[in-house]
Amino acid sequence: MLGLSVEQLRADMNRLLAILFHQGVLDEQFLQLQQLQDESSPNFVSEVVTIYFHESEKLLRNLRALLVDKELSDYKKMGIHLNQLMGSSSSIGAQRLRNVCAAFRAASELNNRPGCLRALELLEYEYCYLKNKLHEFFQIEQQRMLAAAVRYPAPQQHRNNPQG
Amino acid sequence: MGCEMESDQPEDLDVVLTSMWPEDMNEAGRQFNVERPGADQDMLEEVTINKEPNIVDFQRLMELTNYSDKGNWQLAKLVKNWEFKQANVVRLLREELDQLSKQQQEVELKKLEILEEHRFEKDGYGGDKRPISILDENLRYLYQDAPKRRKDIIAQGEIVAIDAEYDSAVYWKQRAMHLEKLLEASLQREQVLVEKLQESIESLERQSTPVEELSQVLKRADNFLHFVLQNAPVVIGHQDKDMRYRFIFNHFPTLGEQDIIGKTDVEIFTGAGVKESQDFKTEVLERGLPAKREITFETELFGSKTFLIYVEPVFSKAGETIGVNYMGMEVTDQVRKREKMAKLREEIAVQKAKETELNKTIHITEETMRAKQMLATMSHEIRSPLSGVVSMTEILATTNLDKEQRQLLKVMLSSGDLVLQLINDILDLSKVESGVMKLEAAKFRPREVVKHVLQTAAASLQKLLTLEGHVAEDVPIEVIGDVLRIRQILTNLISNAIKFTHEGKVGINLYVVPETSDVNKEGSEKKSRDQPTLSANTNGNGHGDNSPSCEESELNNTSCDQNGDQMDQDKESRTKAEERVVWIRCDVYDTGIGIPEHAMSTLFKKYMQVGADTARKYGGTGLGLAICKQLVELMGGYLTVSSVEQHGSTFTFVLPYKVSSASDSDDTDELSDTDHLGDDGYDDDLNSGVFLFPPRTLGTLFSSQINGRIPKLLPNSYGNHCNGLLEESPLPCSSKGDVSEEGSDSSGGAMATASPVLDIDNLRPVAQQEQETASECSSTNRTGVEKSETKQHKILLVEDNKINIMVAKSMTKQLGYAIDVVSNGAEAVKAVQRSSYHLILMDVCMPVMDGLQATRLIRSYEETGSWDEAVKAGVEMEAMSNQSCSTSQVEETRKKRVPIVAMTANTVSESADECYANGMDSFVSKPITLQSLKQCLQRYLV
Repeated sequence: MLGLSVEQLRADMNRLLAILFHQGVLDEQFLQLQQLQDESSPNFVSEVVTIYFHESEKLLRNLRALLVDKELSDYKKMGIHLNQLMGSSSSIGAQRLRNVCAAFRAASELNNRPGCLRALELLEYEYCYLKNKLHEFFQIEQQRMLAAAVRYPAPQQHRNNPQG
Repeated sequence: MGCEMESDQPEDLDVVLTSMWPEDMNEAGRQFNVERPGADQDMLEEVTINKEPNIVDFQRLMELTNYSDKGNWQLAKLVKNWEFKQANVVRLLREELDQLSKQQQEVELKKLEILEEHRFEKDGYGGDKRPISILDENLRYLYQDAPKRRKDIIAQGEIVAIDAEYDSAVYWKQRAMHLEKLLEASLQREQVLVEKLQESIESLERQSTPVEELSQVLKRADNFLHFVLQNAPVVIGHQDKDMRYRFIFNHFPTLGEQDIIGKTDVEIFTGAGVKESQDFKTEVLERGLPAKREITFETELFGSKTFLIYVEPVFSKAGETIGVNYMGMEVTDQVRKREKMAKLREEIAVQKAKETELNKTIHITEETMRAKQMLATMSHEIRSPLSGVVSMTEILATTNLDKEQRQLLKVMLSSGDLVLQLINDILDLSKVESGVMKLEAAKFRPREVVKHVLQTAAASLQKLLTLEGHVAEDVPIEVIGDVLRIRQILTNLISNAIKFTHEGKVGINLYVVPETSDVNKEGSEKKSRDQPTLSANTNGNGHGDNSPSCEESELNNTSCDQNGDQMDQDKESRTKAEERVVWIRCDVYDTGIGIPEHAMSTLFKKYMQVGADTARKYGGTGLGLAICKQLVELMGGYLTVSSVEQHGSTFTFVLPYKVSSASDSDDTDELSDTDHLGDDGYDDDLNSGVFLFPPRTLGTLFSSQINGRIPKLLPNSYGNHCNGLLEESPLPCSSKGDVSEEGSDSSGGAMATASPVLDIDNLRPVAQQEQETASECSSTNRTGVEKSETKQHKILLVEDNKINIMVAKSMTKQLGYAIDVVSNGAEAVKAVQRSSYHLILMDVCMPVMDGLQATRLIRSYEETGSWDEAVKAGVEMEAMSNQSCSTSQVEETRKKRVPIVAMTANTVSESADECYANGMDSFVSKPITLQSLKQCLQRYLV
């Protein structure tokens, strides 16, 4: 781990991001998010994304539950969930998820159950893909931070106030 | 032949003359030959013998020879010897006589023979004339037996040759004549013999008497003794049983005969050693055994001398001791040498011991150095990976963990921090000790340092303690020093104080002391540090040598401004522009358990704590104070402590700081300006001397600041308390005197009422909400402590999506605004009712109540001044009691239209028109970006 230089890890991160952008999985909003990350909140992006995944998983579960109930598919409620998901997805810049959500909502508004199911499946697939990719991304970032911390321990020590 | 054998013997006997020597003389002594007196007479004659030193009591000697065994024996020996010699002489004479009588017989025989021959011749005159030679032959045998020695005397029977014809007249004539001659010769011989005999008899008569012989022998022995003892440093004496001298031989006499003989030692000499020798002799006399002893005399007579004394008792025939023989030899030099040798040997031994000790010390020192080096190296080696571990743990702590994992991580972190701190301490120590530690000189503000240290301590405080700080007014705003190290010292002392204090308070007092030497004198019990005394010295020199050294001392950053008016003036005139040195004293006091007297001495030692109990109970390594002390001393100050057990301790350190006068005055001007301008509090900490961090309990975190705690803790009150602790330490007094002191006190009091600063960023939103409910007025004051006026704007974010909230919050924070967040329209309405906002960011699509409706309700309130619409719409409004109290405010806010910005997702349902229609001012499309938000905020918040 210590063998990997900070620069290399940074390059890996950039490469991964580039791929995601190229595929349209992420958009510029993700960069906005990264801009918000500073010294006062060093893990802002990962925190946000973690919460996003947490929330999204709940929403997806709810959506599936609503769709499984064949007779009483509450399309209105589905719409609210999708709105939520779409909002947060656009907030973190998950472009493809947002697009799928839009399609899903369109289908739900038309009470098109098969369309909804298809959209849900696609949504889940996209969700998993995004999650994996971002997980990988944050892992690399963490490694990079560790490497940086090991290289330059001074600021770390200074923050720990002496107790002796 | 037998005669000859006998005559040899006396010669052998003569050789042995042992009797002249003392009986107990060793074998070596016996080997000395004493030759026959006759032979050596000449040799002795050449030697002039000084007879003077020999002092004899002759009467006593006679007595001795008569009564003592030894004398008797010696006399007997002499007599025996003489008798032997006499016998020998008699034997010789007798032999001579024998010879003579034999010769006589011979002659007689010859005569007879001759006569017979003649007769025979007559008879045989006509007959057979043949001579019978048998006898002749026999005689010849006899003659041959005669002693050879006498041959010259013994006349051999000669056959006289007669030329004349046998039996003629001529023949007979001739023969007769011949015989006549023979007879004559014989007679002559007889005569000679008689003469000889006579002579012998005469010589016999002339032989000396035994007494003469004896005295001769004695004289000879005496001479020998004198010869031998001539230059020997010996004293020989004989004393009777009353210890009176009867005989003394002393080659270097200082006293006459009459002074010694018949007197005792004590009577003769005075001084050290005399009595001892007398006692020794008496002891020998009593015990009857010879003995040796070394005695040092210290007498007027011959000064300080050491004698080796041999004393032997002399016995009478009856076996009683009648006196002592005594022999002394001076061994002063030997003794001196011996003593010198002993001393030298001792010194050598001591030297050697020292050397080994030194070697040991050197060895130990080297070992210690090596160990220290090792420790430092190891500490360094450990630190790098350890800091890696700690930082990783910290990062790990930020990830998603469950409760248990978080707990474990917390333990890991704290332990890691502890180890890291310990290692840093060790490294610091070894740095200071090895002189590697470099101090930095940078401007800093003491008040800020004190405040920050206290703040940090308060943040991690886990006890109900009051932390307070008081900085006197005369402490400069900015000084130059190594702020990191000073902060380290302060932090160390404060955390130490907190550790050992369970209730009460812990505080810092900072004030200027005018004169280091004074403080030293009055000041605490500690030994004066090197630095102050050193500076005092240079000052003294400066007086004498004039300016150069004075300059030097200034350059060296030592304090030289206190001593001597002349120098003060000197310096002031010369160095107005240069920086001056100010000594600031810092007391860190607590009301803790205190330090027992016996622990004071070891307090600043490494790895030492007050006791084993303390270490167990409170933890820690005992390095902290050692580091503090070393750091303070490194910076040219000193650290002292005073303590009363169970009442508290006060650690005091005094350090010199440079003050650059130019910037100082500028700063003060500026600050005083701002001071006059306003009480708005954000510049407060710069010149306020009082910091107070009261005990923090949950819930009263903020409200407690405003209540009446502060008056209780005015500087005066704890000043007195502090004085009680440090009995000898002077009151904080500035060089300006009483006036400024009072001033500082009053100003301190005044400032104490100003609200202390405590901003913990992440707590602010909560705080705000709390305070909003409590009192609106104070909340407006509280919001923007840190920055500009824009911070005082209040923004409300209405948003249901957590992600969006986080993002928006983060963005506004980055733009420098703090926001309140509510999660739906109904709550937004309630929030607006409670408080007035300068901007509302409203999501359109929300559960419970969407943004459009909420906007409508708010707008209706702004127009009508009542919340009836809202109540109708089903929002549970708060009790209207507050309406009465804030009617004026309502009036004010009613006039104002709160800008409401919609946040739309650009979907079909959220059209811009709809937004405007519902009373919104603007909209930003989701997802919001930093840029769009900034523009929006800039537009509405001027």
